[in-house]
This record gives sequence, C-alpha cells and structure tokens, in this order.
Amino acid sequence: MLFFSYFKELVGKEVTVELKNDIAIRGILHSVDQYLNIKLENSRVVDQDKYPHLLSVRNCFIRGSVVRYVQLPPDGVDIDILHDATRREARGG
Amino acid sequence: MSWAGPEDIFLSTSLASYLDKKLLVLLRDGRKLLGILRSFDQFANAVLEGACERVIVGDLYCDIPLGLYVIRGENVVLIGELDLEREELPPHMICVSAAEIRRAQKAERDATDLKGSMRKRMEFLDLD
Repeated sequence: MLFFSYFKELVGKEVTVELKNDIAIRGILHSVDQYLNIKLENSRVVDQDKYPHLLSVRNCFIRGSVVRYVQLPPDGVDIDILHDATRREARGG
Repeated sequence: MSWAGPEDIFLSTSLASYLDKKLLVLLRDGRKLLGILRSFDQFANAVLEGACERVIVGDLYCDIPLGLYVIRGENVVLIGELDLEREELPPHMICVSAAEIRRAQKAERDATDLKGSMRKRMEFLDLD
C-alpha cells in the first residue's frame, strides 16, 4: 500500500508516465488506485507527431500493468518521509 | 503522508466518469479502438458500443466498423477521452477506404520484413 499512499500525495502534481509500449504522456495526476491505475488530466503525448491518434485526448485512464516509469517533479518527493515509510513497511512486512 | 485506511482498500480510479462517452482505447497489440463506453469492471474489461478500429499507416487512416465489442482488461493500455472541441487527427491525414488501408498495411509489413531479413543477411559482416 506504500506506493498507493505515495501516489495519493502526488495528486494534483504534473507527472510524465512512460508506458511499456514506449509512449510517454505528461499530465496532472487526477487519481490513482490500489492497482496503481492512473488517471491523468490535461494530458498530452510527449512525441505528438509519432502518435497522431492521441491528438485530441486530454483526459486518460492508464492501466497500472502497462506503466514502465512515472517521472515526478523533483520537488514532488520528500525523500526523508519516503525513507521512513519504506523502513516502517519493511519492518512490518 | 496520509496512510491508506481500511476503506481506501476499495478506492478505485473509476471509469464511471467515462460512461456513455466516446473514447479511444489503445490495446497492447497496437490497435486503436474507438467507441462509446457502456460498461466496465475492476479489471478494466470494457464494453464499447459502435466500436470501430482506426487503422493508421503513415498519413493514411481508415475507420473500420466493428459493432458491439467486449474488451478483456489485460489487453488495455490506455483509455482516452476524446475532446470533442479538438480535431481527432492532424489535418494533413487522408481518409481512405478499408481496402486501400489494408494494402498500405501489407506494404508496410513487407517493408519491415525486408528490412529485417536484410539485417539478418548482413549479420555475417559483424559491423557492430
């Protein structure tokens, strides 16, 4: 549940989601769930010319299983809190 | 950091807000389906009404009608809400018939296969 909680903290921030099929989408994180499915608002594809079919897509739902990376803003991470939470989770699990 | 409480376990990024909207569904095999979302579940299985497959080859495209479709969630990559105020495709793209897009697809596949086989034949050169 750690990453679920962590992503909930990032709701409202701008992220770039890179998918396993190499498509990268930048947008505002709208919501996330226990499967780490992601909903983005105001989204646009990074390489627009390569994916013309995604031109008019502004809001999207991304299935958690197809995500390779989620790129975060550098100030979106409080490393110390994340470290503490990870240690707590490791101890408890 | 707020911790996930017991009720949060059941939280879901819901597709409910996409119901009865025209959507673009990207599948793992690269296909692009368009249609109106009528039903979904926790696995992202989906029912699309009036579904069509948008085949794009270079600057050519064609919408091939499919009817009522049930999509198994494991094949879903992305479900996108189409902004009706914007053009779905760049203006330079040309709509062609199904027969022509199939021809274009075959030509593209043949070119890729040829490139692949040429590469294999060149492997003995050990250029890397």
